Amino acid sequence: MRRFLAGFAAVAAALIATTQPAAACAGLIGPNGAVNLLRTTTFAGYHNGVEHYVTSFQFAGGSGQFGSLIPLPGVPDKVEKGGAWTLQRLIRETTPIKGFDSLLIRSAIAAPQGAQVLLEVRIDALDITVLKGGGAEVGQWATEHGFRLPPAAPEVLDFYANRSPIFLAAVFDADAAKARGQRIGDGTPVHVTIPTANPWVPLRILGLGKSADDRIDADVYLLTDQRPALLPYPLGNGMRLDHSAVATTSLLDDLRSDKGMDWVPQAGWLSKIAIDASASQLTYDLAVDAKGSSPSRVAAGLQAPAGQTGSSTGGPGNDQIALIGIALAALGAIFLLRKSQPVIG
Amino acid sequence: MIIRTLVALALAALAASACTTASAAELPTHVAIRIHYSHFDQTKIDVPMGVPVTFTLINDDPIDHEWLIGDEAVHARHRAGTEAVHGDRPNEISLPPFSVRTTTLTFDKPGPLTFICHFPQHEAYGMVGVVMVKP
Repeated sequence: MRRFLAGFAAVAAALIATTQPAAACAGLIGPNGAVNLLRTTTFAGYHNGVEHYVTSFQFAGGSGQFGSLIPLPGVPDKVEKGGAWTLQRLIRETTPIKGFDSLLIRSAIAAPQGAQVLLEVRIDALDITVLKGGGAEVGQWATEHGFRLPPAAPEVLDFYANRSPIFLAAVFDADAAKARGQRIGDGTPVHVTIPTANPWVPLRILGLGKSADDRIDADVYLLTDQRPALLPYPLGNGMRLDHSAVATTSLLDDLRSDKGMDWVPQAGWLSKIAIDASASQLTYDLAVDAKGSSPSRVAAGLQAPAGQTGSSTGGPGNDQIALIGIALAALGAIFLLRKSQPVIG
Repeated sequence: MIIRTLVALALAALAASACTTASAAELPTHVAIRIHYSHFDQTKIDVPMGVPVTFTLINDDPIDHEWLIGDEAVHARHRAGTEAVHGDRPNEISLPPFSVRTTTLTFDKPGPLTFICHFPQHEAYGMVGVVMVKP
Protein backbone atom coordinates (compact mmCIF):
# COMPACT_ATOMS: atom_id res chain seq x y z
CA MET A 1 0.00 0.00 0.00
CA ARG A 2 2.95 2.27 0.52
CA ARG A 3 3.47 2.54 -3.15
CA PHE A 4 0.45 4.72 -3.33
CA LEU A 5 1.98 7.39 -1.22
CA ALA A 6 2.67 10.35 -3.32
CA GLY A 7 6.23 11.42 -3.16
CA PHE A 8 7.08 14.10 -5.47
CA ALA A 9 10.48 14.95 -4.22
CA ALA A 10 12.04 11.65 -4.79
CA VAL A 11 9.88 11.07 -7.74
CA ALA A 12 10.97 14.23 -9.37
CA ALA A 13 14.47 13.57 -8.41
CA ALA A 14 14.05 10.35 -10.18
CA LEU A 15 12.97 12.16 -13.24
CA ILE A 16 15.97 14.34 -13.20
CA ALA A 17 18.23 11.46 -12.64
CA THR A 18 16.81 9.51 -15.43
CA THR A 19 16.50 12.30 -17.91
CA GLN A 20 19.99 13.59 -17.56
CA PRO A 21 22.77 11.81 -19.32
CA ALA A 22 25.18 10.14 -16.99
CA ALA A 23 28.06 11.66 -18.82
CA ALA A 24 27.60 15.28 -19.60
CA CYS A 25 29.80 18.11 -18.54
CA ALA A 26 29.25 19.54 -15.14
CA GLY A 27 26.99 17.91 -12.82
CA LEU A 28 24.71 15.07 -12.34
CA ILE A 29 22.66 13.70 -9.61
CA GLY A 30 23.49 10.58 -7.72
CA PRO A 31 25.75 7.97 -9.16
CA ASN A 32 22.86 5.66 -9.64
CA GLY A 33 19.74 7.14 -10.98
CA ALA A 34 17.77 4.01 -10.49
CA VAL A 35 14.72 5.61 -9.10
CA ASN A 36 11.24 4.60 -9.93
CA LEU A 37 8.68 6.98 -11.24
CA LEU A 38 5.60 6.81 -9.11
CA ARG A 39 2.35 8.61 -9.23
CA THR A 40 2.07 11.76 -7.14
CA THR A 41 -0.79 12.54 -4.79
CA THR A 42 -1.46 15.75 -2.96
CA PHE A 43 -4.21 17.03 -0.76
CA ALA A 44 -5.18 20.70 -0.54
CA GLY A 45 -7.83 21.33 2.06
CA TYR A 46 -9.22 24.83 2.48
CA HIS A 47 -11.29 25.98 5.43
CA ASN A 48 -11.63 29.27 7.32
CA GLY A 49 -9.11 31.04 5.13
CA VAL A 50 -6.37 28.51 5.75
CA GLU A 51 -4.88 26.12 3.28
CA HIS A 52 -3.81 22.74 4.57
CA TYR A 53 -1.52 21.13 2.15
CA VAL A 54 -0.51 17.53 2.65
CA THR A 55 1.83 15.65 0.41
CA SER A 56 4.35 12.91 0.73
CA PHE A 57 7.96 12.82 -0.27
CA GLN A 58 8.58 9.33 -1.35
CA PHE A 59 11.75 7.32 -1.20
CA ALA A 60 11.98 5.82 -4.63
CA GLY A 61 15.43 4.29 -4.50
CA GLY A 62 18.82 5.49 -5.60
CA SER A 63 21.33 7.25 -3.40
CA GLY A 64 22.64 10.72 -2.73
CA GLN A 65 20.43 13.72 -2.19
CA PHE A 66 17.53 14.90 -4.23
CA GLY A 67 15.66 18.06 -3.84
CA SER A 68 12.81 20.17 -4.98
CA LEU A 69 11.75 23.78 -4.86
CA ILE A 70 8.08 24.36 -4.48
CA PRO A 71 6.35 27.69 -4.99
CA LEU A 72 3.99 28.59 -2.15
CA PRO A 73 1.14 31.10 -2.29
CA GLY A 74 1.96 32.56 1.10
CA VAL A 75 4.07 32.20 4.20
CA PRO A 76 3.21 28.98 6.00
CA ASP A 77 2.33 29.07 9.68
CA LYS A 78 3.61 25.57 10.12
CA VAL A 79 5.42 22.82 8.32
CA GLU A 80 5.10 19.60 10.21
CA LYS A 81 4.88 15.89 9.90
CA GLY A 82 1.72 14.95 8.13
CA GLY A 83 -0.85 12.56 9.36
CA ALA A 84 -0.45 8.89 8.81
CA TRP A 85 -3.38 8.10 6.60
CA THR A 86 -4.81 11.28 5.10
CA LEU A 87 -3.55 10.67 1.57
CA GLN A 88 -4.34 7.00 1.65
CA ARG A 89 -7.83 7.66 2.91
CA LEU A 90 -8.44 10.14 0.10
CA ILE A 91 -7.24 7.67 -2.47
CA ARG A 92 -9.51 5.05 -1.04
CA GLU A 93 -12.43 7.44 -1.27
CA THR A 94 -12.16 7.70 -5.03
CA THR A 95 -10.43 4.45 -5.88
CA PRO A 96 -10.51 1.50 -3.53
CA ILE A 97 -6.94 1.31 -2.29
CA LYS A 98 -4.76 1.69 0.79
CA GLY A 99 -1.39 3.00 2.03
CA PHE A 100 0.74 4.86 4.70
CA ASP A 101 3.95 6.30 6.49
CA SER A 102 5.92 8.72 9.01
CA LEU A 103 8.35 11.91 10.55
CA LEU A 104 10.52 14.56 13.17
CA ILE A 105 11.99 18.00 13.42
CA ARG A 106 15.31 19.85 13.45
CA SER A 107 17.11 22.64 11.67
CA ALA A 108 18.44 22.74 8.18
CA ILE A 109 20.75 24.74 6.02
CA ALA A 110 22.06 28.25 6.52
CA ALA A 111 20.95 30.94 4.15
CA PRO A 112 23.15 33.22 2.10
CA GLN A 113 22.20 36.81 1.57
CA GLY A 114 19.47 37.24 -0.93
CA ALA A 115 16.71 34.81 -0.25
CA GLN A 116 15.41 35.04 3.29
CA VAL A 117 15.03 31.84 5.26
CA LEU A 118 11.70 31.89 7.06
CA LEU A 119 11.56 28.39 8.42
CA GLU A 120 13.68 25.26 8.66
CA VAL A 121 12.40 21.84 9.56
CA ARG A 122 13.85 18.35 9.54
CA ILE A 123 11.37 15.56 8.95
CA ASP A 124 12.82 12.08 8.79
CA ALA A 125 15.29 12.11 5.90
CA LEU A 126 13.86 15.33 4.61
CA ASP A 127 15.26 18.84 5.16
CA ILE A 128 12.72 21.56 4.50
CA THR A 129 13.48 25.26 4.19
CA VAL A 130 10.88 27.95 3.53
CA LEU A 131 12.38 30.85 1.57
CA LYS A 132 11.27 34.31 0.63
CA GLY A 133 12.80 35.96 -2.38
CA GLY A 134 12.64 36.61 -6.08
CA GLY A 135 13.34 33.93 -8.62
CA ALA A 136 16.97 34.92 -8.97
CA GLU A 137 17.51 35.00 -5.22
CA VAL A 138 15.89 31.67 -4.61
CA GLY A 139 17.73 30.17 -7.54
CA GLN A 140 20.99 31.55 -6.22
CA TRP A 141 20.23 30.21 -2.76
CA ALA A 142 19.66 26.79 -4.21
CA THR A 143 22.81 26.94 -6.30
CA GLU A 144 24.87 28.11 -3.34
CA HIS A 145 23.51 25.24 -1.32
CA GLY A 146 24.88 22.73 -3.71
CA PHE A 147 22.03 22.12 -6.08
CA ARG A 148 21.92 22.18 -9.78
CA LEU A 149 18.66 23.37 -11.23
CA PRO A 150 17.37 22.41 -14.65
CA PRO A 151 17.89 24.98 -17.41
CA ALA A 152 14.26 26.09 -17.37
CA ALA A 153 14.47 26.91 -13.67
CA PRO A 154 15.42 30.61 -13.94
CA GLU A 155 12.37 31.41 -16.03
CA VAL A 156 10.03 29.21 -14.04
CA LEU A 157 11.24 30.59 -10.71
CA ASP A 158 10.54 34.11 -11.95
CA PHE A 159 7.15 32.99 -13.22
CA TYR A 160 6.20 31.90 -9.72
CA ALA A 161 8.07 34.59 -7.78
CA ASN A 162 6.12 37.23 -9.65
CA ARG A 163 2.98 35.74 -8.11
CA SER A 164 4.32 34.91 -4.68
CA PRO A 165 7.91 35.14 -3.43
CA ILE A 166 7.55 32.18 -1.09
CA PHE A 167 9.18 28.85 -1.89
CA LEU A 168 9.66 25.63 -0.04
CA ALA A 169 12.95 23.86 -0.63
CA ALA A 170 12.98 20.20 0.25
CA VAL A 171 16.01 17.99 0.26
CA PHE A 172 15.53 14.28 0.43
CA ASP A 173 18.56 12.34 1.55
CA ALA A 174 18.27 8.91 0.04
CA ASP A 175 21.27 7.61 1.99
CA ALA A 176 19.74 8.80 5.25
CA ALA A 177 16.46 7.24 4.25
CA LYS A 178 18.18 3.94 3.68
CA ALA A 179 19.98 4.25 7.00
CA ARG A 180 16.63 4.84 8.66
CA GLY A 181 15.36 1.65 7.16
CA GLN A 182 13.03 3.31 4.70
CA ARG A 183 12.23 1.13 1.78
CA ILE A 184 11.49 2.05 -1.79
CA GLY A 185 7.99 3.42 -1.86
CA ASP A 186 8.02 4.63 1.72
CA GLY A 187 6.81 8.18 1.92
CA THR A 188 7.32 11.04 4.33
CA PRO A 189 4.07 12.95 4.64
CA VAL A 190 4.40 16.68 5.15
CA HIS A 191 1.64 19.02 6.25
CA VAL A 192 2.01 22.70 5.34
CA THR A 193 -0.45 25.19 6.82
CA ILE A 194 -0.81 28.42 4.82
CA PRO A 195 -3.24 31.25 5.52
CA THR A 196 -4.47 32.35 2.12
CA ALA A 197 -7.47 33.60 0.19
CA ASN A 198 -7.91 30.64 -2.11
CA PRO A 199 -6.32 27.32 -2.89
CA TRP A 200 -3.95 27.25 -5.81
CA VAL A 201 -2.14 24.39 -7.46
CA PRO A 202 1.06 25.00 -9.40
CA LEU A 203 1.09 22.64 -12.34
CA ARG A 204 3.51 24.21 -14.78
CA ILE A 205 6.36 23.46 -12.49
CA LEU A 206 5.68 19.77 -12.83
CA GLY A 207 7.18 19.87 -16.28
CA LEU A 208 10.40 21.40 -15.13
CA GLY A 209 13.41 19.34 -16.03
CA LYS A 210 11.41 17.13 -18.32
CA SER A 211 11.34 16.73 -22.05
CA ALA A 212 8.31 18.02 -23.89
CA ASP A 213 6.96 14.51 -24.44
CA ASP A 214 7.52 13.23 -20.92
CA ARG A 215 4.32 12.25 -19.18
CA ILE A 216 3.19 13.78 -15.93
CA ASP A 217 0.83 11.83 -13.77
CA ALA A 218 -0.46 13.22 -10.53
CA ASP A 219 -3.60 13.31 -8.45
CA VAL A 220 -4.75 16.44 -6.67
CA TYR A 221 -7.46 16.25 -4.03
CA LEU A 222 -9.24 19.44 -3.06
CA LEU A 223 -11.46 19.72 -0.03
CA THR A 224 -13.40 22.97 0.08
CA ASP A 225 -16.44 24.14 2.00
CA GLN A 226 -18.49 24.18 -1.17
CA ARG A 227 -18.13 23.19 -4.80
CA PRO A 228 -15.15 25.18 -6.11
CA ALA A 229 -14.70 26.86 -9.48
CA LEU A 230 -11.56 25.79 -11.33
CA LEU A 231 -9.49 27.47 -14.02
CA PRO A 232 -8.63 26.02 -16.43
CA TYR A 233 -11.55 23.68 -16.17
CA PRO A 234 -10.19 20.13 -16.18
CA LEU A 235 -11.36 18.91 -19.54
CA GLY A 236 -9.19 17.68 -22.37
CA ASN A 237 -6.23 19.81 -21.38
CA GLY A 238 -4.13 17.28 -19.54
CA MET A 239 -6.44 17.45 -16.55
CA ARG A 240 -9.47 15.35 -15.70
CA LEU A 241 -12.05 15.96 -13.03
CA ASP A 242 -12.30 12.41 -11.74
CA HIS A 243 -14.41 13.16 -8.72
CA SER A 244 -16.60 16.05 -7.68
CA ALA A 245 -19.14 15.47 -4.94
CA VAL A 246 -20.15 16.30 -1.43
CA ALA A 247 -17.54 14.79 0.88
CA THR A 248 -18.90 11.82 2.73
CA THR A 249 -19.23 11.98 6.48
CA SER A 250 -17.10 8.88 6.84
CA LEU A 251 -14.28 10.49 4.84
CA LEU A 252 -14.38 13.68 6.87
CA ASP A 253 -14.47 11.73 10.13
CA ASP A 254 -11.52 9.62 9.05
CA LEU A 255 -9.50 12.62 7.93
CA ARG A 256 -10.30 14.48 11.14
CA SER A 257 -9.02 11.62 13.23
CA ASP A 258 -5.56 11.75 11.63
CA LYS A 259 -2.68 13.66 13.22
CA GLY A 260 -2.95 17.41 12.72
CA MET A 261 -6.23 17.11 10.88
CA ASP A 262 -8.68 18.30 13.51
CA TRP A 263 -9.38 21.36 11.36
CA VAL A 264 -11.37 19.24 8.89
CA PRO A 265 -14.92 20.64 8.83
CA GLN A 266 -18.15 18.73 9.37
CA ALA A 267 -19.16 19.24 5.76
CA GLY A 268 -17.33 19.91 2.54
CA TRP A 269 -16.90 19.25 -1.16
CA LEU A 270 -14.31 16.80 -2.47
CA SER A 271 -12.77 17.21 -5.90
CA LYS A 272 -10.16 14.98 -7.46
CA ILE A 273 -8.23 16.35 -10.41
CA ALA A 274 -6.08 13.86 -12.27
CA ILE A 275 -3.13 15.22 -14.18
CA ASP A 276 -2.37 13.11 -17.22
CA ALA A 277 -0.41 15.34 -19.53
CA SER A 278 2.76 15.76 -21.48
CA ALA A 279 5.20 18.23 -19.99
CA SER A 280 4.63 20.58 -22.90
CA GLN A 281 0.91 20.62 -22.17
CA LEU A 282 1.29 21.97 -18.68
CA THR A 283 1.70 25.64 -19.41
CA TYR A 284 -0.76 26.67 -16.71
CA ASP A 285 -1.50 26.30 -13.04
CA LEU A 286 -4.79 25.38 -11.46
CA ALA A 287 -6.60 28.36 -10.01
CA VAL A 288 -9.36 27.66 -7.52
CA ASP A 289 -12.14 29.83 -6.23
CA ALA A 290 -13.27 28.09 -3.09
CA LYS A 291 -16.56 29.98 -3.19
CA GLY A 292 -17.34 28.69 -6.63
CA SER A 293 -17.40 31.94 -8.56
CA SER A 294 -14.43 33.24 -10.56
CA PRO A 295 -10.93 31.82 -10.24
CA SER A 296 -8.07 34.19 -10.99
CA ARG A 297 -6.55 34.16 -14.46
CA VAL A 298 -3.35 35.37 -12.88
CA ALA A 299 -3.33 32.43 -10.52
CA ALA A 300 -3.88 30.09 -13.44
CA GLY A 301 -0.86 31.55 -15.15
CA LEU A 302 -3.02 32.69 -18.05
CA GLN A 303 -2.31 36.34 -17.35
CA ALA A 304 0.74 38.08 -15.95
CA PRO A 305 0.40 39.79 -12.60
CA ALA A 306 0.04 43.56 -12.73
CA GLY A 307 3.37 45.33 -12.47
CA GLN A 308 5.25 42.13 -12.95
CA THR A 309 8.99 42.39 -12.70
CA GLY A 310 11.62 39.90 -13.60
CA SER A 311 12.51 39.06 -10.09
CA SER A 312 10.38 40.49 -7.37
CA THR A 313 10.94 40.16 -3.70
CA GLY A 314 7.86 41.84 -2.39
CA GLY A 315 4.87 40.08 -0.99
CA PRO A 316 1.96 39.15 -3.15
CA GLY A 317 -0.35 41.98 -4.07
CA ASN A 318 -4.02 41.96 -3.33
CA ASP A 319 -5.07 40.60 -6.64
CA GLN A 320 -2.33 38.07 -6.43
CA ILE A 321 -3.74 36.99 -3.17
CA ALA A 322 -6.71 35.87 -5.08
CA LEU A 323 -4.59 33.25 -6.56
CA ILE A 324 -3.04 32.39 -3.39
CA GLY A 325 -3.72 29.06 -2.13
CA ILE A 326 -1.72 26.23 -1.55
CA ALA A 327 1.46 25.57 -3.03
CA LEU A 328 0.59 22.41 -4.37
CA ALA A 329 3.93 21.22 -4.09
CA ALA A 330 2.53 17.97 -4.44
CA LEU A 331 3.44 18.06 -7.75
CA GLY A 332 5.37 20.87 -8.47
CA ALA A 333 8.87 21.00 -7.82
CA ILE A 334 11.97 22.18 -9.30
CA PHE A 335 14.21 19.35 -8.92
CA LEU A 336 17.62 20.02 -7.89
CA LEU A 337 20.76 18.11 -8.05
CA ARG A 338 23.46 18.13 -5.48
CA LYS A 339 26.75 19.38 -6.79
CA SER A 340 28.44 17.34 -4.16
CA GLN A 341 27.43 14.29 -6.07
CA PRO A 342 30.02 13.05 -8.47
CA VAL A 343 30.21 15.60 -11.15
CA ILE A 344 30.39 14.10 -14.53
CA GLY A 345 30.98 15.84 -17.69
CA MET B 1 15.16 46.80 -71.78
CA ILE B 2 16.82 43.47 -71.26
CA ILE B 3 20.26 45.04 -71.25
CA ARG B 4 19.15 47.65 -68.77
CA THR B 5 17.85 44.93 -66.54
CA LEU B 6 21.05 42.95 -66.80
CA VAL B 7 23.11 46.01 -65.98
CA ALA B 8 20.93 46.76 -63.03
CA LEU B 9 21.30 43.19 -61.80
CA ALA B 10 25.07 43.32 -62.27
CA LEU B 11 25.29 46.57 -60.36
CA ALA B 12 23.16 45.15 -57.60
CA ALA B 13 25.40 42.08 -57.42
CA LEU B 14 28.46 44.27 -57.30
CA ALA B 15 26.97 46.38 -54.57
CA ALA B 16 26.08 43.29 -52.58
CA SER B 17 29.58 41.96 -53.03
CA ALA B 18 31.07 45.25 -51.95
CA CYS B 19 28.85 45.28 -48.90
CA THR B 20 29.88 41.77 -47.98
CA THR B 21 33.54 42.58 -48.33
CA ALA B 22 33.20 45.79 -46.39
CA SER B 23 31.27 44.16 -43.55
CA ALA B 24 33.75 41.29 -43.36
CA ALA B 25 36.53 43.80 -42.94
CA GLU B 26 34.55 45.51 -40.24
CA LEU B 27 33.55 42.43 -38.31
CA PRO B 28 33.62 42.97 -34.57
CA THR B 29 36.61 42.03 -32.49
CA HIS B 30 34.63 42.49 -29.30
CA VAL B 31 31.49 40.46 -28.81
CA ALA B 32 29.19 40.42 -25.80
CA ILE B 33 26.97 37.40 -25.26
CA ARG B 34 24.38 37.50 -22.52
CA ILE B 35 22.77 34.42 -21.02
CA HIS B 36 19.26 34.86 -19.69
CA TYR B 37 16.73 32.16 -18.87
CA SER B 38 19.24 29.61 -20.15
CA HIS B 39 19.48 31.05 -23.63
CA PHE B 40 22.26 32.93 -25.41
CA ASP B 41 21.02 36.28 -26.62
CA GLN B 42 23.06 35.87 -29.80
CA THR B 43 23.17 32.61 -31.66
CA LYS B 44 24.75 33.68 -34.94
CA ILE B 45 27.89 35.77 -34.79
CA ASP B 46 30.31 36.64 -37.56
CA VAL B 47 33.92 37.27 -36.56
CA PRO B 48 37.09 37.92 -38.54
CA MET B 49 39.77 35.32 -39.05
CA GLY B 50 43.35 35.89 -37.91
CA VAL B 51 42.80 38.68 -35.40
CA PRO B 52 42.11 38.42 -31.67
CA VAL B 53 38.40 38.46 -30.86
CA THR B 54 37.38 39.17 -27.30
CA PHE B 55 34.17 37.63 -26.00
CA THR B 56 32.49 39.03 -22.92
CA LEU B 57 30.16 36.41 -21.48
CA ILE B 58 27.47 37.55 -19.07
CA ASN B 59 25.51 35.01 -17.07
CA ASP B 60 22.33 36.69 -15.80
CA ASP B 61 20.94 33.46 -14.41
CA PRO B 62 21.06 32.12 -10.85
CA ILE B 63 22.41 28.83 -12.16
CA ASP B 64 25.72 27.71 -13.60
CA HIS B 65 26.35 27.78 -17.30
CA GLU B 66 29.35 27.34 -19.55
CA TRP B 67 30.43 28.57 -22.94
CA LEU B 68 32.41 26.06 -24.92
CA ILE B 69 33.33 26.82 -28.49
CA GLY B 70 34.83 24.44 -31.00
CA ASP B 71 34.18 21.92 -33.71
CA GLU B 72 32.11 18.79 -33.37
CA ALA B 73 35.03 16.84 -31.94
CA VAL B 74 35.33 19.33 -29.08
CA HIS B 75 31.64 19.07 -28.32
CA ALA B 76 31.59 15.31 -28.59
CA ARG B 77 34.33 15.22 -25.98
CA HIS B 78 32.39 17.46 -23.64
CA ARG B 79 29.17 15.58 -24.06
CA ALA B 80 30.95 12.52 -22.77
CA GLY B 81 33.49 14.31 -20.63
CA THR B 82 34.23 14.29 -16.95
CA GLU B 83 35.26 17.86 -16.19
CA ALA B 84 33.07 19.68 -13.75
CA VAL B 85 34.64 23.06 -14.28
CA HIS B 86 36.66 24.36 -17.20
CA GLY B 87 39.41 26.63 -16.05
CA ASP B 88 42.34 27.55 -18.17
CA ARG B 89 41.33 27.03 -21.78
CA PRO B 90 40.22 30.16 -23.59
CA ASN B 91 37.59 28.28 -25.58
CA GLU B 92 36.08 26.59 -22.51
CA ILE B 93 34.63 29.07 -20.05
CA SER B 94 32.72 28.21 -16.90
CA LEU B 95 30.13 30.78 -15.88
CA PRO B 96 28.94 30.73 -12.28
CA PRO B 97 25.62 32.43 -11.48
CA PHE B 98 25.56 36.18 -12.12
CA SER B 99 29.13 36.21 -13.39
CA VAL B 100 30.94 37.93 -16.20
CA ARG B 101 33.92 36.34 -17.90
CA THR B 102 36.09 37.50 -20.76
CA THR B 103 38.10 35.40 -23.15
CA THR B 104 40.08 36.20 -26.27
CA LEU B 105 40.44 33.85 -29.20
CA THR B 106 42.15 34.07 -32.56
CA PHE B 107 40.59 31.91 -35.21
CA ASP B 108 43.01 30.64 -37.83
CA LYS B 109 40.56 28.89 -40.13
CA PRO B 110 37.41 30.12 -41.80
CA GLY B 111 34.12 28.39 -41.25
CA PRO B 112 31.58 27.77 -38.56
CA LEU B 113 32.28 26.88 -34.95
CA THR B 114 29.59 26.05 -32.48
CA PHE B 115 29.31 27.29 -28.92
CA ILE B 116 27.29 25.22 -26.48
CA CYS B 117 26.58 24.91 -22.79
CA HIS B 118 27.10 21.27 -21.93
CA PHE B 119 25.48 21.21 -18.54
CA PRO B 120 22.91 18.45 -18.43
CA GLN B 121 19.86 19.31 -20.53
CA HIS B 122 21.16 22.77 -21.44
CA GLU B 123 22.06 21.96 -25.04
CA ALA B 124 18.69 20.34 -25.62
CA TYR B 125 17.09 23.38 -24.00
CA GLY B 126 18.60 25.52 -26.73
CA MET B 127 21.92 26.76 -25.41
CA VAL B 128 23.61 26.52 -28.78
CA GLY B 129 25.03 29.16 -31.10
CA VAL B 130 27.33 29.50 -34.07
CA VAL B 131 30.37 31.69 -34.63
CA MET B 132 31.13 32.08 -38.33
CA VAL B 133 34.79 32.85 -38.91
CA LYS B 134 35.23 34.91 -42.06
CA PRO B 135 38.46 35.51 -43.96
